[in-house]
Amino acid sequence: MTMPALRVSGLAKSFVVHAQGGLALPVLRNVSLAVSAGECLALVGPSGAGKSTLLRSLYGNYRADAGSILVRHDKALVELVGAEPRTVLDVRSRTMGFVSQFLRVIPRVPAVDVVAAPAIRLGMAARDARVRAEFLLGVLGIPPKLWPLPPATFSGGEQQRVNIARSLNVDYPVLLLDEPTASLDADNRDRVVGLIQQRREAGAAIVGIFHDAGVRDALATRVYDVAPLGSAPGAAV
Amino acid sequence: MNPILSASGLGKRFGDRVACRDVGFDLWPGEVLGVVGESGSGKTTLLNCLAGRLHPETGTVVYDSAAYGQVDVHDLSEARRRLLSRTEWGFVNQDAREGLRMGVSAGANIGERLMAIGARHYGDIRRTASEWLGRVEIEQDRLDDRPTTYSGGMRQRLQIARNLVSGPRLVFMDEPTGGLDVSVQARILDLLRGLVETLHLSAVLVTHDLGVARLLTHRLMVMQGGRVVEEGLTDQVLDDPQDAYTQMLVASILPV
Amino acid sequence: MSESIADASPASGGPDQAYNYAYLDEQTKRMIRRAILKAVAVPGYQVPFGGREMPLPYGWGTGGIQVTAAIIGREDTLKVIDQGADDTTNAVSIRRFFAKVADVATTTSTEDASIIQTRHRVPETRLREGQIIVFQVPIPEPLRMLEPRETETRTLHALSEYGVMQVSLYESIARHGRIAKTYNYPVLVNGRYIMSPSPIPKFDNPKLDRSPALQLYGAGREKRIYAVPPHTPVKSLDFDDHPFEIERWDECCALCGSRESFLDEVIVDDSGKRMFVCSDTDWCERHQR
Repeated sequence: MTMPALRVSGLAKSFVVHAQGGLALPVLRNVSLAVSAGECLALVGPSGAGKSTLLRSLYGNYRADAGSILVRHDKALVELVGAEPRTVLDVRSRTMGFVSQFLRVIPRVPAVDVVAAPAIRLGMAARDARVRAEFLLGVLGIPPKLWPLPPATFSGGEQQRVNIARSLNVDYPVLLLDEPTASLDADNRDRVVGLIQQRREAGAAIVGIFHDAGVRDALATRVYDVAPLGSAPGAAV
Repeated sequence: MNPILSASGLGKRFGDRVACRDVGFDLWPGEVLGVVGESGSGKTTLLNCLAGRLHPETGTVVYDSAAYGQVDVHDLSEARRRLLSRTEWGFVNQDAREGLRMGVSAGANIGERLMAIGARHYGDIRRTASEWLGRVEIEQDRLDDRPTTYSGGMRQRLQIARNLVSGPRLVFMDEPTGGLDVSVQARILDLLRGLVETLHLSAVLVTHDLGVARLLTHRLMVMQGGRVVEEGLTDQVLDDPQDAYTQMLVASILPV
Repeated sequence: MSESIADASPASGGPDQAYNYAYLDEQTKRMIRRAILKAVAVPGYQVPFGGREMPLPYGWGTGGIQVTAAIIGREDTLKVIDQGADDTTNAVSIRRFFAKVADVATTTSTEDASIIQTRHRVPETRLREGQIIVFQVPIPEPLRMLEPRETETRTLHALSEYGVMQVSLYESIARHGRIAKTYNYPVLVNGRYIMSPSPIPKFDNPKLDRSPALQLYGAGREKRIYAVPPHTPVKSLDFDDHPFEIERWDECCALCGSRESFLDEVIVDDSGKRMFVCSDTDWCERHQR
């Protein structure tokens, strides 16, 4: 692979809190990294160093102050910093998936439909998307009797797995994972790790935060050290 | 590709009071744009200016019509604007009573747009109305009942069906879930989102409920005192608000 | 002419000199004629006019009388009917009124009349070219019951936005299984304006279509005049699968035996015995001969 799937350079992000007189909290400065297909880059660093902020900035959920985020999208590189919302949405719908720790969906929608929705939006037939959704929910150990129920009533671990299934129901070339196994027991953790491994081997470029050292060792091909500002900026190891 | 709706420099005042000032945006096909802000921030005035129901003092609204190409909404003859508004557009009012004919049956409410554009086969009109009743999750045996006998949530769903039956491309929504029970809101949100996706609708949604905005819209414009103070991707505006007012608005949401 | 009317005329043989010819002053008649000309030029369109106070109350045909007064001349022969009958109070008084103020011949024969003023019926005898039929109209706006705002109904007419009229027919079928409206049944004139034909039974609607006579409609209270020129298409609104139909009777007229005229049901005794008779008295008499 000559062209990375994701290339970040000079990325900076700070938060300005107007309620506190415009207090500026710089979190990221001059972050540069690149991830190619088939790689999994683990973000490491102490709590509060800005790992989540970096991940969310890559997804466009946080607005970067400076720098560049290039994503390979439809065989071209697309700049996400300062991009039009519809460009970001297009990249999100077809190229870049994100697994957050929290499931945020319309209440009272059955779990299977929650999982199927992103694929249907991309044009997959509803029935096919649902078959795939049921397969993923099964692999992730969600019992079939829960599939027709809305996930709001599920346990934290079940919700997290529904969330993972939803993100993996589309074969995104770039996957951003924010502690995908955080609230899972050992069995379910291994199932999730297995699925993500499959994606990586199939050529997905992955950036993730994995607190669990075992998960990180199983998935990461490289690590990137996110150092708190004040110390030296991180470097790929 | 052209934006389906393009506003620029919109301004409207009522007497001394500025209702909206220098508002502009492009809405692309398939996009849902949310307009949020507290009461009196100019959201509804903006919506009415966009839909041609109010005449702005400054600025233009250009709509990319399927039938006529790009047209300036406020330069159109009234005849054509009204035709557009019942063929290519929909308008969902907060108060369903304003958007429905309360004195005639649900079937007649849904069928009106079809009859207005020339449908003259009772059986076909009735069948289509019945299908739409099903699509908005109302039991089809309620077809001949008047909306006065419907609950608030059902009325809102009926209003949605009445608007969408003619296959509009652009829908204006003014607090579509306002004033409804939370449990009823959820079903309507789900319904609207499904319809927006399957019918590839573009929409401008006015709401003061940031939760509704998060679930239904792709982009947000935050209005304060008639001005747009911030705009961007919905999740970005809500999770990383830049403007002081937006930060205050987001911080004011009660956690559940 | 009856004794009392002859007595009331100061100059017998001529019109009542206390009033201008045909009661209205010439300026008013001219104004009404202009409204009529406009109405004829735009078939089915309601033209406002400066309606005058008439010597009878609203609801008794003030609109029709003003239209008749504006068009009548000494050579005319006038017939006035009310619900098809020449001999009801309203018909008789209007007929006498014009005999007195316009010095015209009156008749009960549809055939012989040059002007027919009517309330709630169209004569069974087919009208011919050169005749004028003047309708008394209580509510000229066909959309009024559906849309109370005058500004809005005018806009609906201007833009031919007639979905709401069809909605009322839809509703009728949904409730009754058929279009239950039996009188004042809305029509589309010349493919353009929806018009109220006044409260005639829908039985009479087909007679309006391409009629060789000129139809003038006058609404006194609401001060509107509209018209259908001769040979103009007048279509009763309907649905493809619920086509417009007129009333039919199993019975025939008990007096003349007619099977083709509009029948009134009459209770003839205390035990509820009923009979059906022609509503059009002229037609019925003609057929009894």
